[in-house]
Amino acid sequence: MSQRNLEPLDVASIREEFPILQREFDGQQVVYLDNAATTQTPDPVVDAMSDYYRESNANIHRGIHHLSQEASRLYEEAHDRVAEFIGADGREEVIFTKNTTEGENLVAYAWGLNELGPGDRVVLTEMEHHASLVTWQQIAKQTGADIEYIRVDADGRLDMDHARDLIDDDTAIVSAVHVSNTLGTVNPVSELTDLAHEHDALSFIDGAQAVPNRPVDVAAIDADFYAFSGHKMAGPTGIGVLYGKQDLLEEMEPYLYGGGMIRKVTFEDSTWGDLPWKFEPGTPQIAEAVGLDAAIDWLEEIGMDRIESHEQELARYAYEQLAAEGDVEIYGPEPGPERGGLVSFNLEGVHAHDLTSILNDHTIAVRAGDHCTQPLHDKLGVAASTRASFYVYNTREEIDKLVAALDDARQLFA
Amino acid sequence: MGLGSDMYRQQILDHYKNPRNYGQLEDPTFTHIGENPMCGDEIRMDVELENDEETIERVAFSGDGCAISQAAASMLSTELRGKTLEELQAMDRDDIIDMLGVDISPMRVKCAVLAEKVAQDGAAIYQGDLDVEKTTTED
Ligand SMILES: Cc1ncc(COP(=O)(O)O)c(C=O)c1O
Repeated sequence: MSQRNLEPLDVASIREEFPILQREFDGQQVVYLDNAATTQTPDPVVDAMSDYYRESNANIHRGIHHLSQEASRLYEEAHDRVAEFIGADGREEVIFTKNTTEGENLVAYAWGLNELGPGDRVVLTEMEHHASLVTWQQIAKQTGADIEYIRVDADGRLDMDHARDLIDDDTAIVSAVHVSNTLGTVNPVSELTDLAHEHDALSFIDGAQAVPNRPVDVAAIDADFYAFSGHKMAGPTGIGVLYGKQDLLEEMEPYLYGGGMIRKVTFEDSTWGDLPWKFEPGTPQIAEAVGLDAAIDWLEEIGMDRIESHEQELARYAYEQLAAEGDVEIYGPEPGPERGGLVSFNLEGVHAHDLTSILNDHTIAVRAGDHCTQPLHDKLGVAASTRASFYVYNTREEIDKLVAALDDARQLFA
Repeated sequence: MGLGSDMYRQQILDHYKNPRNYGQLEDPTFTHIGENPMCGDEIRMDVELENDEETIERVAFSGDGCAISQAAASMLSTELRGKTLEELQAMDRDDIIDMLGVDISPMRVKCAVLAEKVAQDGAAIYQGDLDVEKTTTED
């Protein structure tokens, strides 16, 4: 493996590629700390998509004319680019979806609905995003399968002893979040996958908060399925990725039907096309695929190792600054390699929604609520929390602004 | 720059910190609860009617949540005294925003109208026009 490059990012020049970060409201420049919800899109990605529409736009799928050939090539090559980025074997293993949520649903419907039944067990974690929790809950109801949740301990980490208890020979699939969007916890996903495989179960890893900010190698994890979203990794909305091992995808029936995914159709029956097209019916998100391809180029040019360490450093700084305040409760593990670039917290005596409105008066964009992890918030004993989440363009100064603005809330609510 | 949001004027903070009619009535004519799941705001409204079964004599509220939802409940509890159920049903979100006296950002309107919706649904259930267990301001 090549040497890890951990040289600090040149944040000033990175920021030049994001005009949106210069926006002001009421004379104050935006401080964008809502990156776990969606990241901003750099000029080269916006340009790639507008160039596509200006120069190459056409429908794909067996078009004979020049433009269609070009659009098809760009769309197909985007699959290759993603495969290379996450360590998949090839485009056959890369299905373009709308987002992570659709990836979860695709596997739940195409695999879960057919394979699960009474007596089967689906193992999730208490920190699952609703994208996976709600989806598997519904599939379990329909199939009669049971759901069990791996406990989150007091430090915000998975209780791996509990995981070893739960994952047994009845377990059919283990679905776990790689990096928690609420606690920031980086979960031991290869260990979970190994546990699943020891019991002939599959593993589905939700990488929505992992792929954007750290090197991810699906082959090293050995995950059977792995999903993420373009809009959280400097790419466009409307496109996500479902990685799946080729032999599994081959066996699975499609869950959406239509044109573009078939081999042969008669009035009586149809047969399916090759991977990954079998799972991509209808006209897909071509411009977004081009944008995602450009986003990966852009991220790799900076270097995923450097992005990871930049985020870790910002998370550490934010954690320490907030913890030093004394009246701030922070959720999730201590800073370090096991914490991703986000910090969820509450300020004593101030509801998260009030705090977030007050921060918005300073044009500081953070998120308040349950972050689509309602059961986890129930467990934490709070209705809501405020989450600051970081990306390549964020700085310590922005975190200082956040911490300073807490004083406003304190004064108002004293 | 000014201290905090326009949303958090003195009046709202005062009602949040010193809620009026907070608690539960001994003998309410009707009681109803509601929540705003997004924020985790929860409110219970107790209403006691006069003998005409039409005029609101007393209101109490309990629950917890953000400053906007709690202040709105507190203000509403004083506002409703002496009003008829018909007048209560005629209230809309603009009345609540007027009552609060500040601009409520779009995402927070649900917090502001929670108490009003709970009181209205409670009255509608009492009058036999509605059948729900709990009000939510999600929709
Ligand atoms: C961990 C995790 N999983 C899934 C999702 C859902 O992503 P999307 O809304 O793009 O489907 C998110 C983001 O909201 C997330 O943070």
